Amino acid sequence: MQIGVPRETRARETRVAATPKTVEALVGLGYDVAVETGAGERASFSDEAYAAAGAHVVDRAEAWGSAIVHKVNAPSADEMALLRPGTVLVSLMAPAISPDLVERLRAAGVTAMAMDAVPRISRAQSLDVLSSMANIAGYRAVVEAAHEFGSFFTGQVTAAGKVPPAKVLVAGAGVAGLAAIGTARSLGAIVRATDARAEVAEQVESMGADFLPVVLPEVDEAAASSDGYAKEMGEEYNRRAAELYAAQAPDVDIIVTTALIPGRPAPRLITAEMVATMKPGSVVVDMAASNGGNVEGSVADELVVTANGVKIIGYTDLAARLPTQASQLYGTNLVNLMKLLTPGKDGQLVLDFDDVVQRNMTVARDGELLWPPPAIQVSAAPVVAASASSKQVAKEPEPPKDPRRRYVGMAIGAAVFALIAAFSPASFLGHFTVFALAVVVGYYVIGHVHHALHTPLMSVTNAISGIIVVGALIQLGRWAGGMSGAILVLAFLATLIASINIFGGFLVTRRMLTMFRKG
Amino acid sequence: MDIALISAAYIVAALLFILSLAGLSKHETARDGNVLGMIGMALALVATLWLALRGSSALNWLLIAVAMAIGAAIGIWRARIVEMTGMPELIAMLHSFVGAAAVLVGFNTFLATGTEGSDGVHLVEIFLGVFIGAVTFTGSIVAFLKLSARISSKPLMLPARHWLNLAALVVSATLLVWFVVSHSIVPLAVMTAIALAFGWHLVASIGGGDMPVVVSMLNSYSGWAAAAAGFMLGNDLLIVTGALVGSSGAYLSYIMCKAMNRSFVSVIAGGFGSDGAVTSGDVDYGDHRETSADEVADLLTHASSVVITPGYGMAVAQAQYPVADLTAKLRERGVDVRFGIHPVAGRLPGHMNVLLAEAKVPYDIVLEMDEINDDFPETDVVLVIGANDTVNPAAAEDPSSPIAGMPVLEVWNAKDVVVFKRSMNAGYAGVQNPLFFRDNSAMLFGDAKERVEDIIKAL
Repeated sequence: MQIGVPRETRARETRVAATPKTVEALVGLGYDVAVETGAGERASFSDEAYAAAGAHVVDRAEAWGSAIVHKVNAPSADEMALLRPGTVLVSLMAPAISPDLVERLRAAGVTAMAMDAVPRISRAQSLDVLSSMANIAGYRAVVEAAHEFGSFFTGQVTAAGKVPPAKVLVAGAGVAGLAAIGTARSLGAIVRATDARAEVAEQVESMGADFLPVVLPEVDEAAASSDGYAKEMGEEYNRRAAELYAAQAPDVDIIVTTALIPGRPAPRLITAEMVATMKPGSVVVDMAASNGGNVEGSVADELVVTANGVKIIGYTDLAARLPTQASQLYGTNLVNLMKLLTPGKDGQLVLDFDDVVQRNMTVARDGELLWPPPAIQVSAAPVVAASASSKQVAKEPEPPKDPRRRYVGMAIGAAVFALIAAFSPASFLGHFTVFALAVVVGYYVIGHVHHALHTPLMSVTNAISGIIVVGALIQLGRWAGGMSGAILVLAFLATLIASINIFGGFLVTRRMLTMFRKG
Repeated sequence: MDIALISAAYIVAALLFILSLAGLSKHETARDGNVLGMIGMALALVATLWLALRGSSALNWLLIAVAMAIGAAIGIWRARIVEMTGMPELIAMLHSFVGAAAVLVGFNTFLATGTEGSDGVHLVEIFLGVFIGAVTFTGSIVAFLKLSARISSKPLMLPARHWLNLAALVVSATLLVWFVVSHSIVPLAVMTAIALAFGWHLVASIGGGDMPVVVSMLNSYSGWAAAAAGFMLGNDLLIVTGALVGSSGAYLSYIMCKAMNRSFVSVIAGGFGSDGAVTSGDVDYGDHRETSADEVADLLTHASSVVITPGYGMAVAQAQYPVADLTAKLRERGVDVRFGIHPVAGRLPGHMNVLLAEAKVPYDIVLEMDEINDDFPETDVVLVIGANDTVNPAAAEDPSSPIAGMPVLEVWNAKDVVVFKRSMNAGYAGVQNPLFFRDNSAMLFGDAKERVEDIIKAL
């Protein structure tokens, strides 16, 4: 089957759905790949590079005429006209907030698969473009902020005076938020972050930022979301969060907001009053500007400067501002999808609706509307919690045994021993004393042996077990003509093999011990 | 006077043996410990020879010299040529020798003294000594054959095997009574045959991965066999030495069992997973991610701390030399490389340590599980080489898993985990390993030695 990769036509779009590297992988799966002339131009991929990777460079109509079409953005009305019924179209679609598009796709009779409807389960992470794009966008958000910010991010002491480090607040610690934290940290800023999900505190701290928790009177269990995204929060929570942002706003230089819940208007985190309290020259990046914005006063795709000199960045094409990298990651997500859809690696696409990933992504097929998909519980968090608690149950110590039973056991043991002792000669008891003491000594001596030396320990015990030779030697040395020949043969054999142990055991121990060296 | 001198020599030898084992507890004193053991042994031998050969003929001298010379030659030859990967086999073989010697000495004692009106206690001592010796002998031979892959390491599953074992014990006990009453060699011989079969079956029904426990258990048995010989000969040195070795082996078995979260009885009863344990194969763990040597090299270059967790697979692939090379290369670049060793990694307690020492990995970067487990969250890359069950998160997280509760190396807490494996097959315990499907783990398929060499090339 042929995969067509058309040039993106949306304004400001710089990405492309395939790169020479991903073309190679698609060809490896058995597909023919047709790339429209100039498709990768803005992402710095030349037609020649595609051709060299094994793609045909074709015109617009032929790219759209392929059996499978890979795109970044959903098709425009013009592009819809180029699609043939039965085509498999893979692109971003935002099916939850664009019912018109979904309806048109259904009417066109295409199989439409939304890359932004991948369920958030571990298995599907390799095709999750929202994560891969959010990662890029988070990075770029900080770069944009640094570009507009009039000072260093890192603190310095120079001959011309001391430069304080910039303070960055990241609201929302999802993929984008964590990427933003990492980037700001590596530029040298002091980074703080907040998120409705208290469980991400650890991740935030692992990236080197301080986590600012929103303190609630009672712990809100509902915040642990079941679908992998943060949920919209309750009244009380919002009030507390607002207090937190209001307190932070005058102190920080940069605010990056990343609170975006798919298919819903973005929650308003930063009000105009809070922006007004910020220092002149401060920068706010609103990564949710496309869905209405987390920041009051942000305008999609624009840089707004407020009356008090605070810059609010509302770019919605942050990922597309790193076209080469974004295309590569998007393309790789598509390759991973195609791997899933091409079980035979023979260039034949097979859709399997028993697979929740495939079912979830498909919004329409053969004129049939398949959106929204049946709900699935996907988050790992509650499962982990459950297994953690059951682990505690499993680890619970066994109920202590009845001490009386132990005493009874000891009493029986003592009685049996007394019985044996009563009927045995005195010499036996003497030997037994030695034996019992040696067992105890052995236990304590061995208890201190380092794990690493267990093998030499065993070989040395092998060697000293060879002491059994003592018995054989006496028998062999005391043998005289009148005694049975069998005794002689057995004693000889016993001496021989016990000697193997003595010499072999000590020597191999020595060999091993000389190998252990300190670094 | 002579007897007093000889007893004194034996006491000193026994003390030297204790000091020898105590010396082995630390790397710094281990070599001295071994030397003390040798001195103790030499002392004991000289004293015994003096005792044995006073007034004996030249023939006795010659026989002893020949027997010891042959034994010494074989022992020295084996000790020199043995590969460190072959240590478990050698140790098992040495155990079998102790067992065999105990049987021979036991029979001899009976032939020399037993038929004359010796007391019951003495006969019981002989009987027990031969029994333990025979079990140790055949058990160690089976362990040797399994470890050297001359026979399959799969557990042998005879029907009603527990009953067979029990029957062997009951019959042996009956024979003991007959033996004490009759003073006849017949019950002793029959019991020896049964004990030999019992030892064989006991170890044959235990699988390859439980070998660390089996080898330490046989170590313990060989000690008890020597102690029993000491009782029958009335020799305190043998008793002390046997008890030392016996309790040391028992302690090692206990450590190994604790490391697998299994009871000693369940290991000895044999056959992991044979008691109808669930192998939850129908759970969808998702997809594993495959990686390449180049990518791993790249990962390692950018890492600041690396932990390598080797398992039996490293010994099989003989990968310890390239692994040591890789370690040296990374350390030159300032990467903090350490090793995490699970107590039951390999087929012998401490097996991995010996292999790494052979490849000249300094022992102070080779840490045991408890020392390193807390460091995984701060570790950039973990290389899992030929280990499987010992790094299985199911042990910690899935209470229904057959290996639930077994302490494991928590490698999944590291930033990246690379698993070297020949294929996606389950490990020894037959338990699927969810580690392979984690987002932060990647699989590097193929022979561990070749893959590690590829990484060194790519560095």
